[in-house]
Amino acid sequence: MNAVSPPMSPPTRPTLRQRAFSERAGRTLARRRLVSGFMLGLLACAAVLAVLPLIFIFAHLLKVGVSSLSWDFFTQMPKPVGEAGGGLANAIVGTLILIGLASAVGLPVGVGAGLYLAERKGTCLAHAVRFLSDVLNGLPSIVMGIFAWQFLVRPFGHFSAMAGGVALGAMMIPMVARTTEEMVGLVPISLREAALALGYTRWRTSLAVVLRAASAGIVTGALVAIARIAGETAPLLFTAFGNHFWSTSLEQPIAALPLQVFTYAISPYDAWHSLAWAGALVLIALIFIISLIARFATRARFATGGGD
Amino acid sequence: MFAGEGAGTTLRMRGDAISDRVYSGAITFFALCIPLLLLAIAWEIGVAGWPALHKFGFGFLTSSEWDPVKGEFGAAPAIYGTVISSIIALVLAAPLAIGASLFLSEIAPRWLRSPMGFLIDLLAAIPSVVYGLWGIFVLLPVLRDPVMPFLRDTLHLERTGLFSGPAYGPSMLAAGTILAIMVLPYIASVSREVLLAVPRSQREAALALGATRWEVMWGAVLPYSRSGIAGGVILGLGRALGETMAVTMLIGNRPEIAASLFAPGYTMASLLANEFSEASSDAHLSALMAVAFVLFAITLVVNAIARWLVWHVSRNTSGRVA
Repeated sequence: MNAVSPPMSPPTRPTLRQRAFSERAGRTLARRRLVSGFMLGLLACAAVLAVLPLIFIFAHLLKVGVSSLSWDFFTQMPKPVGEAGGGLANAIVGTLILIGLASAVGLPVGVGAGLYLAERKGTCLAHAVRFLSDVLNGLPSIVMGIFAWQFLVRPFGHFSAMAGGVALGAMMIPMVARTTEEMVGLVPISLREAALALGYTRWRTSLAVVLRAASAGIVTGALVAIARIAGETAPLLFTAFGNHFWSTSLEQPIAALPLQVFTYAISPYDAWHSLAWAGALVLIALIFIISLIARFATRARFATGGGD
Repeated sequence: MFAGEGAGTTLRMRGDAISDRVYSGAITFFALCIPLLLLAIAWEIGVAGWPALHKFGFGFLTSSEWDPVKGEFGAAPAIYGTVISSIIALVLAAPLAIGASLFLSEIAPRWLRSPMGFLIDLLAAIPSVVYGLWGIFVLLPVLRDPVMPFLRDTLHLERTGLFSGPAYGPSMLAAGTILAIMVLPYIASVSREVLLAVPRSQREAALALGATRWEVMWGAVLPYSRSGIAGGVILGLGRALGETMAVTMLIGNRPEIAASLFAPGYTMASLLANEFSEASSDAHLSALMAVAFVLFAITLVVNAIARWLVWHVSRNTSGRVA
């Protein structure tokens, strides 16, 4: 430093230049405030716009769906074109069967993989599986359907409920695995240590103590996964295929609510369109009921956690 | 008696060791199922699609001739449609989703945050086929009457070539619009998570320097969360690329490349949905499998990039907070 800073000068009236500067600062501040307010308004608009489609969809679904919903919808079979009435009893039952099959395939594998991820956190395989399960989760559902077709329909020569269930179950695996991992990770390590100290074997500790402590969370995760696959159509197009008749056989093509909604939606008949709306409403209601149960399962977990 | 008990204990301990090993083997097997499943998908579809990929070579991706009768298969229109409809979706959805999540994380009063976030998340719970149904009976008429003529005639955008031609309804624009609604919740939820992970100190530092609220977001919050938000957008892209039902119902399903967004198009997923169960010949089937393989490969890469970006961010931020 070669120059010493000049001594503070006594306060004087601001020079012309200083006044111009502060005026400009005031002006830019006003402009910055204006820009800020404008952008905040824009962001609020974006938030409102993001919510609007949901409101439009639900409003229309309720308006049209409820008016075409009737008792027959739940108890009758589909009728041929031209005959009034008819329902989707077989599709509702078919969807429930497919959900059951998918859970039977997806839950054990998903929970098992999740246990592995939680218990062998740092291993190479765990990192790879975690990454790949996220990748699998983002795979287009139609690709899963084609895989199931190639794997379970082509060799057997006919469409089957089984193939549809496996396609949906495979989609559940990564979701269930990740929530299981998360929930098992939340169980305090002391619980595991206590069980081991009492002489429990590792597997009994994992299954009877840790998994049980995490069970409510895992149930929630499983229900969320079920809610997501319940409305899937694309994986069923070439596997479950749909069926106009009553069938509960796992070897045969089976009707499903989303498939039926698709078929009716692209048909040219008004009666079928209203059935499609009713079907969509029932499908959404089913998904919401499952999600609500999932929410309550979580709440129950927190309630018992507080009570303990 | 004591000896007998001791032997029993040893026996039981040996049994425990075995059962532990069985348990360990079982969960390892279940964990291995995930990579094996991915490999099996790639293998099955790749092998089935190989004849077509081998026969048409690179031309499979660039030729726009899709004629099952003549046995000519070029997937260019479907690939083009997939890319364009996804781009439209992102152009519409990304600003909205990022804006909405900025609003929710930075501006909105506390009581509004969780219900509004919940409503946006609900969009992800609606099945694709319901979007398609709504699209056919609500969105298409709206596009056909006020929106498309407005874009073409009132705004005089037909000169750009993107918004020209007759406004039938089923079109690339319709598919892109429905896709935008469908991917919005995915982008928004990732963005919100990433924005909430931005440390308070960043915002406070900017405020202390005299920044306005917008300048805090633009200068401190967004740069910090940039790559995480990019990950969310790419995740949305992955969803858009593979979305099937709603697009099939709205895009018009015509295997042609048209410059105008008002013209019908095709995507890889809708091509599969429409033709797969009616594939007449082995060559047709193989070509469809090849399309499925291309779709699989593209979404695989896109998802891997997105995950990597999001993870990168979460690792970095957790490191800095700690």
